Amino acid sequence: MKIIVLMKQVGNKDAILRINRDETWIEEGDLSFEVNESDGYALEEALRLREKHGGEVVVCSMGPQRVKSVIKDALARGADRAIHIAGDDLAHVGPFASATILAEAIHGEQPDLVLTGLQSDDYGFAQTGVILAELLKFPHATIVIEVDASGERLRVKRELESGWYQWYSMPTPALLTIQSGISQIRYATLKGIMAAKKKEIREVTPSAEALSGAAQHQRVTKIYFPLKTKQTQFLGNGDAKAGAAQLAEKLRTEARVI
Amino acid sequence: MNFELNEEQLQIKMSVREFAEGEIAPHVLEWDESQHFPVELLPKLAELGLMGIIFPEEYGGAGMGYVEYVTAIEELSRVDGSVGISVAAHNSLCSNHIYMFGSEEQKQKYLLPLAQGKHLGAWGLTEAQAGSDASGTRSTAVRQDGGGWLVNGSKNFITHAIHGDTCVAVASTDRSKGNRGITAFIFEKGMKGFAPAKKENKLGLRASETASVIFEDCLVPDANRIGNEGEGFLQAMQVLDGGRISIAALAVGIAQGAYESALKYSKEREQFGKPISEFQAIQFKLADMATQIDAARLLMYRAAYLKDQGRKVTKESAMAKLYASEVSVRVSEEAIQIHGGYGYTKDYPPEKYWRDSKLCTIGEGTSEIQRLVIAKQLLKNS
Repeated sequence: MKIIVLMKQVGNKDAILRINRDETWIEEGDLSFEVNESDGYALEEALRLREKHGGEVVVCSMGPQRVKSVIKDALARGADRAIHIAGDDLAHVGPFASATILAEAIHGEQPDLVLTGLQSDDYGFAQTGVILAELLKFPHATIVIEVDASGERLRVKRELESGWYQWYSMPTPALLTIQSGISQIRYATLKGIMAAKKKEIREVTPSAEALSGAAQHQRVTKIYFPLKTKQTQFLGNGDAKAGAAQLAEKLRTEARVI
Repeated sequence: MNFELNEEQLQIKMSVREFAEGEIAPHVLEWDESQHFPVELLPKLAELGLMGIIFPEEYGGAGMGYVEYVTAIEELSRVDGSVGISVAAHNSLCSNHIYMFGSEEQKQKYLLPLAQGKHLGAWGLTEAQAGSDASGTRSTAVRQDGGGWLVNGSKNFITHAIHGDTCVAVASTDRSKGNRGITAFIFEKGMKGFAPAKKENKLGLRASETASVIFEDCLVPDANRIGNEGEGFLQAMQVLDGGRISIAALAVGIAQGAYESALKYSKEREQFGKPISEFQAIQFKLADMATQIDAARLLMYRAAYLKDQGRKVTKESAMAKLYASEVSVRVSEEAIQIHGGYGYTKDYPPEKYWRDSKLCTIGEGTSEIQRLVIAKQLLKNS
């Protein structure tokens, strides 16, 4: 079974965020970077599937040279080889563009399974995997928490809302987006770290066609911190009972906390 | 000159940090309170490669150098010094004694399972009457007509005395020769006449197991003698040259953990309407703490680097150990001060770092002994 795992590098969760001068993104000079959390679980799931069924795990990441640290970390944890789609601007393209570029890069690999985290911790669109599945003409499932690849068809368990789950089956090749926290992620061992030095990292650049065809679908025009406003309302007009009823109504319909 | 870790060394640092924060941090308080030695953690440390980090792969190790080794010990100790000192004592005392001076047979039989983490190592030099004066060894080993040695005596303050599978200890084989009459032997758990005794109830590093061991007519085969008769003391001194670098790493890790807790607290704690980190009194403390930790870390890395180059590190490892351990005590005390009243409680981490740090100025040679070692080297070369 050949599994491709798509992994993204994102800013550290604990970083103090400042908006850049163009107001288009956060100031990256301040940031340290780490692997997108749910992508780490996608890798772990891929490694477990390989242990059960054999095959190969190929990691694919896009962005500037700094994303090599995500790739090397994945190789140290046990991935077999990697594809790095290199480009300084690739960290900030929209989901359709990302999916187009990723589809081009993994074209020819003919994977049985493509796994990725359910969404990125920075933009949080949760679209790249889904669009990529469409471009590859693969069936897909999102928010997957369990994968059973022992039968002819793939069976996956999806997380729904309010504690509900759904088992779903599909043919392969397929694409799954993986939920965070579904397993205990293995650590990179010292031997794994040294062995990773010898593993292949194939560096590719997107074609002009992939870049131009994908660029126009979405762009960020401005980002800003949420504006804080204060408003005072008097409820009930002196009648405590009516005030309480109005308060309950507002908490239910406006604040949506009850 | 290069003052940065290379890519793999940085990966090792981050991997050990992730492990320590995931597997150790959630239990630190409980282990400290109950003096629980976390044997359940040992297979995980072995899986990571830390139980044989400095030994070649042919002996079951990870084939790393001292730079990687101290990096790992620092990261473990940043979260829990007890785990740091366990890994350090296992690697650079017991296992390293066999690696440096043992025969090929001894390496195959004892070092291999130690480096693989299947066995836990202990090392016995200190006795009730032989602390800083290691030459005052009273334990005796008398050669027997039928072969082997009959060992009697005891060793104090031995890390892994109870759970250790393999123990390297020295005994006097010829009292008339003083230091030159001391010989090292390998003992196995379960050997008749070899048993652990009183477990110490310690101020700090309470999750690290420290107890005495007793030899009572323990017959140890001659095949377990390390090197020649009379070489044990010199072997031990060379083992300590390496071991001290790891105590420097233990100290740097404890100091780093204490500093980080103080830094975090200073940004969160508000007095007079603003975070206390905005007051110069606190800023000066933080600046001094960070600077001293940095200096200690550089001394640690220099000693580790020289050791990896195969150079003699007696002076450099003593300097690193002396400075780092004293910094560790100072920094963790300042961390308590920054926390104010809360720092004096077990609700915040600095009090434990402070208790843990104090061992660093005592174990594997007190600060006073380090100064003697350094001075001896200075005067010898002047």
